Amino acid sequence: MTVAMQFDLERGGFRLTVDTEVPGQGVTALFGRSGCGKTTLLRCVAGLEPAAKGRLVVNGETWQDRTRFIPADRRPIGYVFQEGHLFPHLSVQKNLLYGYRRIPEEQRVVQPDEAARLLGLESLLTRRVTEISGGQRQRVAIGRALLTSPRVLLMDEPLAALDAISKAEIFPYLERLHDELSIPVLYVSHAIDEVSRLADHMLLMEDGRVRAAGPLRDLITRGDLPLAHAEGAAAVIEASVIGHDDRHHLTELGFDGGTLLISREDLLQSQRVRVRIMARDVAINLTRPQDSSVLNCLPARVLDVSDDPHPGHVLVRLAVGGVTLLSRITRRSLDHLALEPGTQGYALVKSVAIT
Amino acid sequence: MLSEWISPQDMAALWLTLQLAAVTTVVLLILGTPLAWWLAHTASRFKLAVESVVALPLVLPPTVLGFYVLILLGSQGPIQALGGPALAFTFTGLVIGSVLYSLPFVVQPLQNAFASIGTGTMEAAACLRAGPWDRFLTVMMPLSRRGFLTAVTLGFAHTVGEFGVVLMIGGNIPGETQVVSIAIYDHVEAVDYQSAHVLSGLLLGLSFLMLFTLYAINGRIKMVMP
Repeated sequence: MTVAMQFDLERGGFRLTVDTEVPGQGVTALFGRSGCGKTTLLRCVAGLEPAAKGRLVVNGETWQDRTRFIPADRRPIGYVFQEGHLFPHLSVQKNLLYGYRRIPEEQRVVQPDEAARLLGLESLLTRRVTEISGGQRQRVAIGRALLTSPRVLLMDEPLAALDAISKAEIFPYLERLHDELSIPVLYVSHAIDEVSRLADHMLLMEDGRVRAAGPLRDLITRGDLPLAHAEGAAAVIEASVIGHDDRHHLTELGFDGGTLLISREDLLQSQRVRVRIMARDVAINLTRPQDSSVLNCLPARVLDVSDDPHPGHVLVRLAVGGVTLLSRITRRSLDHLALEPGTQGYALVKSVAIT
Repeated sequence: MLSEWISPQDMAALWLTLQLAAVTTVVLLILGTPLAWWLAHTASRFKLAVESVVALPLVLPPTVLGFYVLILLGSQGPIQALGGPALAFTFTGLVIGSVLYSLPFVVQPLQNAFASIGTGTMEAAACLRAGPWDRFLTVMMPLSRRGFLTAVTLGFAHTVGEFGVVLMIGGNIPGETQVVSIAIYDHVEAVDYQSAHVLSGLLLGLSFLMLFTLYAINGRIKMVMP
């Protein structure tokens, strides 16, 4: 089960050359700076770029090759545009049903009630789309796409045009989609925090090419890629809830590398969570500290050390059990501790964010 | 009662004018819609040239336009030379002239309407399984209805008001090619101010009514759909 894409498109001095494959399930982020071709690639998958030569095979079905080009209106996709592009002359409900009515009855897997509930749109159905907020409009756009029961969901920076409040409002819905949808989602974004909350897999794009592809947690901690050296560089790990310490208002999480204590969160026993640990929040000790205020101290081994943009800093990659953490320390500390690949020590995690 | 005021010949001119305007408007919608669509979306290097040609009737004296159409349709013209029918001094000839004459009044409002909708909304419709005709009818038409209304009204009203082109290619055959504007000219020439008054008044009232309706409806659409 994969989405195999191979495209070549040249336009106005820009060239998109892509030959890659992403998993046929979960959320794949198309990530990169603006102008790197991620939206163009998404449009190629949708069939909105007829000039693109190439091949597209989605879970075994060929949508495009040398002899065939299935046009956008006959591809089983859902497309959420950055600007929404709702139909201003139709009500919320009619927008939602526009695509639903156009697919054969036996293919309607997603039902209107279900989509409205999933996206919290029940109370808006009779409203005009010009009267609702930006965040609500984007939820309608997502619902409209889902109601075509697509086999791939394509999302082009669905949050980029929204303010912080609308983003916060829409995020839980996106996460719910991620948990409940069994179809692959291609999610274009240039915001790493969005991507690390939602994506499982990543295509890192640069100048119309795929620079790297792989599981998100691998790509964002790879020392040879720019993500690990960005200001907000962080590792993302999957964890599950072990229990709560009521006396100290803490929640204990277990992951493939140990346990983490975080401020108490309203989570259920054994619930799966995704946590984000910033490189700047990880310190390194050669011995286990005895008298430290930092709760999370994990046995770690140095994988490698690389230069960071600031000459006074280095980035240390640490193996903690089966996961990789990033630690940004000063060059002086590096010399002082004489860290090198293989050095055993402890990672002190000052702060953990549940995403 | 109306016959006390209008002679049968003037009545025929009035009827012919309305017929001509109606047929011309329909033809213009059929030809002008795809042309306006193309102009709104093309990146072709011919776009500017085509736009200029479409706008020519706005600045050209109608007699010049009429003269060329007459040459085109006349007995020595290319259409007849190629075995086509004789179209000068016929209703069909009038329609051809009027279509050219009123072209910008239909194409320009449509082009503006199409351009303001942009391609994104249509792409959204395509991604929701609407085929080309489907999305034209269910998205493009409703969203550009102000443009269509303006195009129809201006196309019709402008054709009702034409004079020079008709005079050149239609001549002045009562009941066949004589339209109201020419009938009025004839009455004034003959110092029959009474008849000229009646026809002029009718045309004035009709034109005002059409424009008034257009602005009223457009205002309503604007309020509902910004």
